[in-house]
Amino acid sequence: MALERKIGDVVLDVRGISLAFGGVKALTDISFDVREHEIRAIIGPNGAGKSSMLNCINGVYMPQHGEIAFRGRSFNHMNSRQVAEMGLARTFQNLALFKGMSVLDNIMAGRNLKMKCNLFQQAIRWGAAEREECAQREQVERIIDFLEIEPYRKTPVGRLSYGLQKRVDLGRALAMEPTLLLLDEPMAGMNVEEKQDMSRFILDLNDEFGTTIVLIEHDMGVVMDISDRVVVLDYGRKIGDGSPGEVRLNPDVITAYLGTTH
Amino acid sequence: MGFFLETLFGGLMSGMLYSLVALGFVLIYKASGVFNFAQGAMVLFAALAMARFYEWIPRWLGLDSKLLANLLAFGAAVGVMMAVAWLIERLCLRHLVNQPHITLLMATLGVSYFLEGFGQLLFGSDIYKIDVGMPKDPVIVLDRLFQGGLLINQEDLYAALIAAALVAALTLFFQKTATGRALRAVADDHQAAQSIGIPLGRIWIIVWSVAGFVALVAGVIWGSKLGVQFSLSLIALKALPVVILGGLTSVPGAIVGGLIIGVGEKLSEIYIGPMLGGGIEIWFAYVLALVFLLVRPQGLFGEKIIDRV
Repeated sequence: MALERKIGDVVLDVRGISLAFGGVKALTDISFDVREHEIRAIIGPNGAGKSSMLNCINGVYMPQHGEIAFRGRSFNHMNSRQVAEMGLARTFQNLALFKGMSVLDNIMAGRNLKMKCNLFQQAIRWGAAEREECAQREQVERIIDFLEIEPYRKTPVGRLSYGLQKRVDLGRALAMEPTLLLLDEPMAGMNVEEKQDMSRFILDLNDEFGTTIVLIEHDMGVVMDISDRVVVLDYGRKIGDGSPGEVRLNPDVITAYLGTTH
Repeated sequence: MGFFLETLFGGLMSGMLYSLVALGFVLIYKASGVFNFAQGAMVLFAALAMARFYEWIPRWLGLDSKLLANLLAFGAAVGVMMAVAWLIERLCLRHLVNQPHITLLMATLGVSYFLEGFGQLLFGSDIYKIDVGMPKDPVIVLDRLFQGGLLINQEDLYAALIAAALVAALTLFFQKTATGRALRAVADDHQAAQSIGIPLGRIWIIVWSVAGFVALVAGVIWGSKLGVQFSLSLIALKALPVVILGGLTSVPGAIVGGLIIGVGEKLSEIYIGPMLGGGIEIWFAYVLALVFLLVRPQGLFGEKIIDRV
């Protein structure tokens, strides 16, 4: 059982998260964990609270109740930047790329936290700043190779196709060398071929770099194929948790996705 | 021909100064996606600080070197503008992250009125002079080529050179440094920029400080020509057509836009003005900008607006 051995300890522990916007309850008492090196999916019908969950982990929303711990460190009151510093990177459901900038610049921007030179060194291109830029560039080129977007290096992202933009979004997150990667509907709006490409990138990432991945997805088929474990949300509550096989047989999940006959 | 060239040069030089103010708009727009109404007020505030420190510092320290007093006053004014940038971020922008642009726009409008009032409260509301020792006498060049040569105002020439150098430096900074890249990233998408660990607050302080510095340079140059007074905050209105023409997101656009407006103004005043009874310099820029909006709404160098349907 290669899979069992690969997966390590709990890295992300979500305990009893509740989030409400005014009177609207987005999430109610959600708990689950993510283990090292695994691909963990969060699925659910529209409006189930998947993106809210991700935004809580990412520090965009602050849940009213509950606790999220990353490697044993709880971070309820951190902003996005602090979360980024801890090694969590994310992609966005509705692309949030820097549209006016080239592919290269977008991904280079992802290495912002790795840049140590100060403003004045950069301004006069002092030796250290120059070397740093080159070293970072090398890393970024590896990511560009990995995602097979070499021909578009200098193209402004706004001009690329949707599928390619999604890849750049992934590339920018990878540039942070994250220990945990959050993917918000990485395959939304893609055609079959693009979905296959994206699935391959996700699996390769997990395989080659051992990146732990939490992904939100709508498309049950893809999720069942690539994830190790799946959390199912519906109306802000957790209705299922387990391996794809277990989840598929869970009656609550079937009801949520297919409806019941009354 | 000589007269035409003289007018042209005059236009180019005043255009360079418009560019300088427009540059302030572009910088802030690029980095925070907000159209900064307070740019004009910042020019006034910076110039007032410079003019007053130039009076106060020699008195406090008992200096009588003009150069030293100017340098110290300039340094103090830079400090004041950085403090202003810091305060704007702390008290205003920080609380408006991820808000719609119109909210930020209204906030800068508020900042603008506040700075105008507070500046005059702090530094007084008389007319002050700034004298950084720029040579005032006009020079005559190319007198072998033309009858009587070309009369060029030295002060304008220096001002244009300073502005050009500043612009070149800022362009390089934006395009070639990691911080410049972070600034552009923040301009495109706040949330995405935060998610990759770009510190929004620090970026904003940097960019408002740079814009404050540009405002100070513009204020000093205009102030030494016309004196520092309330009307200085109105030159920002002159810069509006410039940014429309050049594109809100382009540093080179601000420059070229400024030059076109400057030259267009002067030439039209001389050659078309008499037919319309004169005084068209005042509104020519706006008409030009309006025509431009119809043909190229994103401006000369602005990013092309592509809407995927």
